Amino acid sequence: MAKLNSNAKAIIVDKVTKSYVNGKKKTTALDQISFEVTAGSLFGLIGPDGAGKTSLFRILTSLLLPDEGSVFVDGLNVQTEYKTLRQRIGYMPGKFSLYTDLTIQENIEFFASLFGTTFEENYDLIKDLYIQIAPFKDRRAGKLSGGMKQKLALCCALIHRPTILFLDEPTTGVDAVSRKEFWEMLQLLKAEGITIIVSTPYMDEATLCDQVALIQEGKILGIDTPQHIIEGFDKAIYAIKSPNMLQLLKHLEKDPAVEHVYPFGEFHHIVMKQKDSVIRIPEAAVMEKITPNIEDVFIDLMRSHAS
Amino acid sequence: MKYFFILQEKQNAPNSMKQFYHFIVKEFYHIFRDRRTLFILLGMPMVQIIIFGFALTNEVKNTKIAVINQSQGVSATRLVQKIESSSYFELYSQSKDAAQMDKLFKKGAVKIALVIPSDFDPSIVNQNKGQLQIIADATDPNVATALTNYLSVIIQDFQKELNPNSAIPYKIDVEARMMYNPQLKGAYNFVPGVMAMVLLLVCTMMTALTVVREKELGNMEILLASPINPIKIILAKAVPYLLLSIINITTILLLSYFVLDVPINGSLFLLYAESILFIMVSLGLGLLISAGTDSQQSAMFISLVAMFLPTVMFSGFIFPIENMPLPLRIISNFIPAKWFFIIVKSVMIKGVGLKLIWKETLILTCMMLFFFGMAIKKFKIRLA
Repeated sequence: MAKLNSNAKAIIVDKVTKSYVNGKKKTTALDQISFEVTAGSLFGLIGPDGAGKTSLFRILTSLLLPDEGSVFVDGLNVQTEYKTLRQRIGYMPGKFSLYTDLTIQENIEFFASLFGTTFEENYDLIKDLYIQIAPFKDRRAGKLSGGMKQKLALCCALIHRPTILFLDEPTTGVDAVSRKEFWEMLQLLKAEGITIIVSTPYMDEATLCDQVALIQEGKILGIDTPQHIIEGFDKAIYAIKSPNMLQLLKHLEKDPAVEHVYPFGEFHHIVMKQKDSVIRIPEAAVMEKITPNIEDVFIDLMRSHAS
Repeated sequence: MKYFFILQEKQNAPNSMKQFYHFIVKEFYHIFRDRRTLFILLGMPMVQIIIFGFALTNEVKNTKIAVINQSQGVSATRLVQKIESSSYFELYSQSKDAAQMDKLFKKGAVKIALVIPSDFDPSIVNQNKGQLQIIADATDPNVATALTNYLSVIIQDFQKELNPNSAIPYKIDVEARMMYNPQLKGAYNFVPGVMAMVLLLVCTMMTALTVVREKELGNMEILLASPINPIKIILAKAVPYLLLSIINITTILLLSYFVLDVPINGSLFLLYAESILFIMVSLGLGLLISAGTDSQQSAMFISLVAMFLPTVMFSGFIFPIENMPLPLRIISNFIPAKWFFIIVKSVMIKGVGLKLIWKETLILTCMMLFFFGMAIKKFKIRLA
């Protein structure tokens, strides 16, 4: 029901460039970025710190103007139609930006009034979230735990029932359980028909999105559904384990047949230059061919672009 | 009518007045929850009035005086008694030894000394002429001059008492009248000054800080991404401080009227209206500072250095503007506090009406419009 018109575009970004001048040094935060987001989908923006995620979010939410290129959000030009746009979007910045000296309830009610609505009016949308923080509703926001703060911030970003929700690194610094709950909440919101743009430095969260874009140094390296991204990987990848992992890593880094090697949990993952390459491994080591997960694909993409 | 409102609400989405009201309520929460700052805001005017009223006064009152009395005659003794009985001086020591005096000055025990030479009594009787010497510590020239004048007046009085019927061929009696402030009370001058200072501190610095704090903590990012009009953010920030400042004016006026005996000769309504005008000037200035700065530190620095110091120096409250060189006098015209100081003195002490202070009022009004206009113009609708 949410996707009545599956072709409608919630966001159209065309060749956007943004750079900052700091003294005499010019840093390019976004370099000729183009992408589209389908209305009603959950779109993930994955990238390391400093990749340009926050700059992109600020441009999408009309807080910054791009140096070049055009951006349409919900059919509105962020440069000229920002007033209307600001009524329709919900934005949760990466840094906790609510009022720490107001209570949970006061924060929600204040943000509701900001958008000309009331807490009661859209209560059903935030009910699932609100129930979790309701026992502390008279506590000041500054005295909440990290997970609670995120839930409150999401409540405040949702209280006016936005059509598009922007979440800048909502799960950074949040414990594993809260992260899981947070993503479950996003799925529920998607079911309500809200388009969600979420950024994260955690690559494992990518599989929870409908579409992901990998961003690094201001460029989008790849953009597709998580499934397609994994399927598109056509290199041989192995997991290897030995009693001395550090030595093993150093040994493999020198091997000419190895393209990348990196620690992954209790293993090292090796990506070969050729599919049929043969490498020498220490006797104690155990190696096994694996199917790549999304993190392997991202690491490969990032390393290939960096070099 | 009701239908009209519903219609308007749907078109402009957020209901303007309601949104504004909630914003102001939020500002009050910030102020009331920061107890320490609130305490300073409301306590500061009281402390300043009391400090200026009782500690930092340069009125002549019970000043310690040393008398070097080498005469010990009848007239000399009567003169010393007269000085002692006045409320202005208090006899610290009396001796014959002139060297003693030097020690007292160096120690700082006295600021003024009177030397009565040994031939004082005989020469008055024989030659109708006596000589006295006043020595004052002029490290603070204003105080020295004031003390010397007071002492001279007492001595002149004494002279008249000595021979009330003396036939001096010509006699010019000068009668000086200290208009508006016959007792020469310092409070008449500093109460308007303290008002200007307190209002400027509370309004300019606090509003600048409160806006910049939202920028620093990232709240501004969400506010800007919401449909609220930036002008409303600015005005909502100003309203609570306007109310706090009105409380402060009331405190200052009550204290100065009941504790320092400063009269309110003019219209109380006019005084409040002019004060509110000055508050708005200060608020506008604070908002302008906040629009141009990104950190609380620089906002504080600019408020203090660029506004507070010039106010103290150029308002005429501590240093008389008339005595300044021309460039400084020109600069003083740009200091809002100067005009407010003139207005308050005129209304409160001289009791004049709007007719005589319309020029100053007009200048302040223009300044207010300028500051608010600039603040709104400079307020960014985006982050950069």
